[in-house]
Amino acid sequence: MAKQVGNEYYESYPNEEGHFGPYGGRFVGETLMEAIYALETAYNRYKNDADFQAEMDKDLADFVGRPSPLYLAENWTQKMGGAQIYLKREDLNHTGAHKVNNTIGQALLAKRMGKTRIIAETGAGQHGVATATVAARLGMECVVYMGAADVKRQAQNVYRMKLLGAEVIPVESGSRTLKDALNEALRDWVTNVDDTFYIIGTVAGPHPYPAMVRDFQTIIGREARSQILQATGKLPDALVACIGGGSNAIGLFHPFIADESVDMYGVEGAGHGIETGQHSAPLCAGAPGVLHGNRTYLMQDENGQIIETHSISAGLDYPGVGPEHAWLKDIGRAKYVAVTDDEALQAFHDLTRMEGIIPALESSHALAYASKLAPTMSSDQILLVNLSGRGDKDMHTVAALAGLNFEE
Amino acid sequence: MSRISQCFENLKADGQTALIPYVTAGDPEPWVTVPVMHALVEAGADILELGIPFSDPMSDGPVIQKACERALKYEVSLIHVFDMVKKFREKDTDTPVVLMGYANPIEAMGYKMFAQLAQQAGVDGVLTVDLPPEESDEFLSLMDEHGIDTIFLVAPTTSKERMAKIAQYAKGFIYYISIKGVTGSAALDVSSVEAKLADLRSCTDLPVGVGFGIRDGQSAAAVANVADAVVVGSTLVRCIEEHADRPEELPAAVAGLLAEMRHAINARDMAK
Ligand SMILES: Cc1ncc(COP(=O)(O)O)c(C=O)c1O
Repeated sequence: MAKQVGNEYYESYPNEEGHFGPYGGRFVGETLMEAIYALETAYNRYKNDADFQAEMDKDLADFVGRPSPLYLAENWTQKMGGAQIYLKREDLNHTGAHKVNNTIGQALLAKRMGKTRIIAETGAGQHGVATATVAARLGMECVVYMGAADVKRQAQNVYRMKLLGAEVIPVESGSRTLKDALNEALRDWVTNVDDTFYIIGTVAGPHPYPAMVRDFQTIIGREARSQILQATGKLPDALVACIGGGSNAIGLFHPFIADESVDMYGVEGAGHGIETGQHSAPLCAGAPGVLHGNRTYLMQDENGQIIETHSISAGLDYPGVGPEHAWLKDIGRAKYVAVTDDEALQAFHDLTRMEGIIPALESSHALAYASKLAPTMSSDQILLVNLSGRGDKDMHTVAALAGLNFEE
Repeated sequence: MSRISQCFENLKADGQTALIPYVTAGDPEPWVTVPVMHALVEAGADILELGIPFSDPMSDGPVIQKACERALKYEVSLIHVFDMVKKFREKDTDTPVVLMGYANPIEAMGYKMFAQLAQQAGVDGVLTVDLPPEESDEFLSLMDEHGIDTIFLVAPTTSKERMAKIAQYAKGFIYYISIKGVTGSAALDVSSVEAKLADLRSCTDLPVGVGFGIRDGQSAAAVANVADAVVVGSTLVRCIEEHADRPEELPAAVAGLLAEMRHAINARDMAK
């Protein structure tokens, strides 16, 4: 049974300093401090502004295709022999994932702040594509930083970004994955802070990003809540979402936090297995620290150096996690678990064959945990899984594992 | 009075500008750092800034990033950095040493342990790039208890109101970053620095050091015209990189570079 958290949660977190309990905050170099305050001021001004909201709602409906459906996966439910499994179909959004919910919001904010240049970091390339997409539409210059290792494994998305007119800069430092792309984007921002808006792709970074990105993503949970009530007349018994930085998960969880009957499971990447050390599961196996502007759980060694992560899925391959998840873990409101590469891959194939839906490898982690949870629940219970994105971008990775190579 | 404040008092009495070199601890090999520190003092350094290696130095350009990577190959940790300072103090009890780095290695050790060990080792100041005044309450009081000056950055983007706030927290000196950008990225523009420093000085009586973009004697002397201290980092670290496979030559090489800046600054100080 999940711990009870009342409605006061919504007013309390984050507080004025951007803190979720001991987590979150504003841990950036002095050059960026005025910029994050300016962003906070602008965001606070527009988040309740009717024109801004109307423009965003229109874009989410006509450009993104919202609301995204809530789909009862009947075949999969039957196979699991337990809870009824509903999928929130973020994979059907324009550009193929939940990431666009956030880039629409931040880009409209950038425009109102008079910024002319947009930068972003990306792991799987989904956030990069979603950013390049909105930048193309608004006619803004766009630069996307991507770890060189990810450029290789997500080659299709790299090409999509280039078609959309973005410049993709491979980052060769460190582990050459998402965290290094974030470092490089922060370096760019420090250098070009006057005209540049940094669209962070997840609920990480300094305040106000974790709160702002969450607010843009809660459209997922708000829709899902009314959809499930309409379809079944009751709330779900459990929510399941994968956790990279945690934006799709918090987007689903947040509107349900005060619903005490709803359990929440965030699923991290266990990679080759938590015990091997080759994973990307800071909430399950990390310790609190400070990175990329906030205090949160991190994968680090005893000296506070950030250690390399591994996940089959580029979008989960990150050593940190949004500070609100750190807090939800500590207060016991959400549970955090991890599934391995192999388990995620199995779920990827199962959903594809049973439901005719090819999920992203990130989302496959949520599906894999759902397939463990569902059989432990009864058939009148409801399990709601966030299908955060589609698997088109992962064809290369999955084919390579099957011994195929498209380039030959 | 702290060793840092004493140092600035003495220089002021002599009409001199402080010269503060930065090197990353353990770069390119741990054993070289202490000899390099002594060589820098001999070449005219007044205060030493020693970088704590970090895996993700977000505010640094490629030059210092690579320095961190070289040091981390030897797993240089805070404990090693303290050992280096302790060893340095065996022969030099006058020159202030400031540690510069990122919050996470200090968080991992714990603020209290950090403060105790830093004091025992003979550290005089600490500058934590990603720990702004907003997040520093606990850190500040512990550093204060252990007699360690907390040095803060002021940037070209910092407003005057914010300068005043930072000045309340700062001890020892204030470090003005001359350019918007990461370390080692561009050359500085002295006239824009001068305007900002006027604002800063109206908020504080602390000495002001200026860094980022100082590459040679000429730029060092230009900065000395407006600042109480000249901070040199990437230029020295680049020299260390060039000598990475001949570390035994390093103390002399960095000393040569620093001496050129010392001469240029002294010539300027004499002319004033
Ligand atoms: C489809 C999909 N799901 C999930 C994620 C993980 O990000 P987050 O945890 O912020 O939702 C990504 C990131 O690239 C993604 O592309």
